[in-house]
Amino acid sequence: MFTIRVQHDDFDLSAEQALVRARHRDVGAITSFVGVVRDINDGRDISTMTLEHYPSMTETALKKIVDDAARRWNVIDATVIHRVGELAPRDQIVLVLVASRHRGHAFEACEFIMDFLKTDAPFWKKEVTQDGAKWVDARATDDDARQRWEVK
Amino acid sequence: MLNVLYFASIREAIGKDAEAVALPTPATVAGLVERLRSRAGPYAEALASHRRWRVAVNQELVGLSEPLKAGDEVAIFPPVTGG
Repeated sequence: MFTIRVQHDDFDLSAEQALVRARHRDVGAITSFVGVVRDINDGRDISTMTLEHYPSMTETALKKIVDDAARRWNVIDATVIHRVGELAPRDQIVLVLVASRHRGHAFEACEFIMDFLKTDAPFWKKEVTQDGAKWVDARATDDDARQRWEVK
Repeated sequence: MLNVLYFASIREAIGKDAEAVALPTPATVAGLVERLRSRAGPYAEALASHRRWRVAVNQELVGLSEPLKAGDEVAIFPPVTGG
C-alpha cells in the first residue's frame, strides 16, 4: 500500500517518515529525496513557478513508477508527494520516501523513482522571470538518467 | 469521436484545453497528429515535427503507432518537466 499524493499544500518530511516507520517492524532503512524550487534557472532569476499537471493521469503514472521500483528492489513502503499550483524559490516541490529492509535497496529505489518521475509523470513547470513567463524545457540529461536503469 | 486534450505550452499555442475530433484514417496516434497538423491556424506550428511532444492514450504514454478507437481520451503535451 504505497502513498501517492498530488496536492497544492506543502508537506512535512518528518511527519511522512514517522507514518512509514509506525506502520512496519521489518524496515531497516528509509531514504528520502526532497526537490526544492531553485531561485535561478538557465541564468534567469525566478520569482514564481506554476506547476500544471494532467489530473486523471498523474497518480496512475506515479503509481506505475513506484510499482516498477517495487518489482526490482525490496520496497516495504513508499511515499510520493508532488505539489502543483504556484510555488516560489525555496519551496519544497516533491518528496520521494522509500522504506526497505536494507539501505542499498532503499537508496536505489528512491533514485529510480525520481529519475522516472522526471520523464514519465505528467507535470509541467512554467517559470516567471524578469523576462516574463516561460515554459521550462525538458532536459536531455533527464532522459539519460532514466536510460541508465534500462535492464541490459 | 476522440476526446483530445492539450496541456502546457501546446494548450496555450492551440488556445483550447480539449476538443472532440473524429477518428482519423488510419486510426492511430500518427494519423491523428497528421489530421490536426493539416488544419489551419496554430495546429501545424504547435505540432510541427521539429517540436517535441508526447501522447498519452487513456492516461498511458504511447508511441505514434498506437491504435485509436472511438471514445479514447488522447492527451497531447510537451515533454514533462516535473520533479
